[in-house]
Amino acid sequence: MTAPARDAGLQPQRTRLAWRRTTLSGTVTAVLAIRASVRAAGPTTGAVLVLLCCVCWLALLALAHLRIRTLAASPEPPTLTPRLAWAATGCAVALALCAGVLVS
Amino acid sequence: MSEFVRNVRLWLEPERVRDQGTTPDYRFSLANERTFLAWLRTALALIGGGFAVDQFLPHLRWAWRVALALALLGAGVLCALRAVHHWMRCEQAMRRGDDLPVSRFPAVLSLLVAVVAVVMVVVVLAGWAG
Repeated sequence: MTAPARDAGLQPQRTRLAWRRTTLSGTVTAVLAIRASVRAAGPTTGAVLVLLCCVCWLALLALAHLRIRTLAASPEPPTLTPRLAWAATGCAVALALCAGVLVS
Repeated sequence: MSEFVRNVRLWLEPERVRDQGTTPDYRFSLANERTFLAWLRTALALIGGGFAVDQFLPHLRWAWRVALALALLGAGVLCALRAVHHWMRCEQAMRRGDDLPVSRFPAVLSLLVAVVAVVMVVVVLAGWAG
């Protein structure tokens, strides 16, 4: 008689969806950020901020994609690396800094 | 070594998390990761709120608008930094087999969001009245 299979509880899939939700939140924030940057006073400031916000958004998408691929590759995926966690946090903080520049 | 110095070293050399203890069950690590992502989404929403206050309340007086936007943005940045810090501390505790760290951050953040919401309601109503 074989031992009952361990219940994985769809953990990798749930984590993948959590990353997907995070990119959606990031997209909403980035859209608001780009809208605000386009209306910024100076055309140069506006262009630089639009560029920065796009870079942050694309970086977040790329990080999520990287992690989703790792999650999909193995039934028992490795732990999230601190570097990836810091990079994702950095994207959010950079968006906030752009907002700080726009507001003041 | 003081708590603060240890935290700073953990921030500067995050790979040190792996040096201690044993790798926990992958399901616990993934649950920790989802909690981190939930906090990161909260941070992104707060930052989006900061952008929204700045754009969608143009009739507010400048000082009020900037103060509300900066309060939301500051809360967002704090939330994002705390998300990754808490994730590392939980990961570390699981590796060592310690209790998970407790935190008063959720309560502080709830209070801050409640205060910003009340101020926003009052300021918007007063702004329309006047």
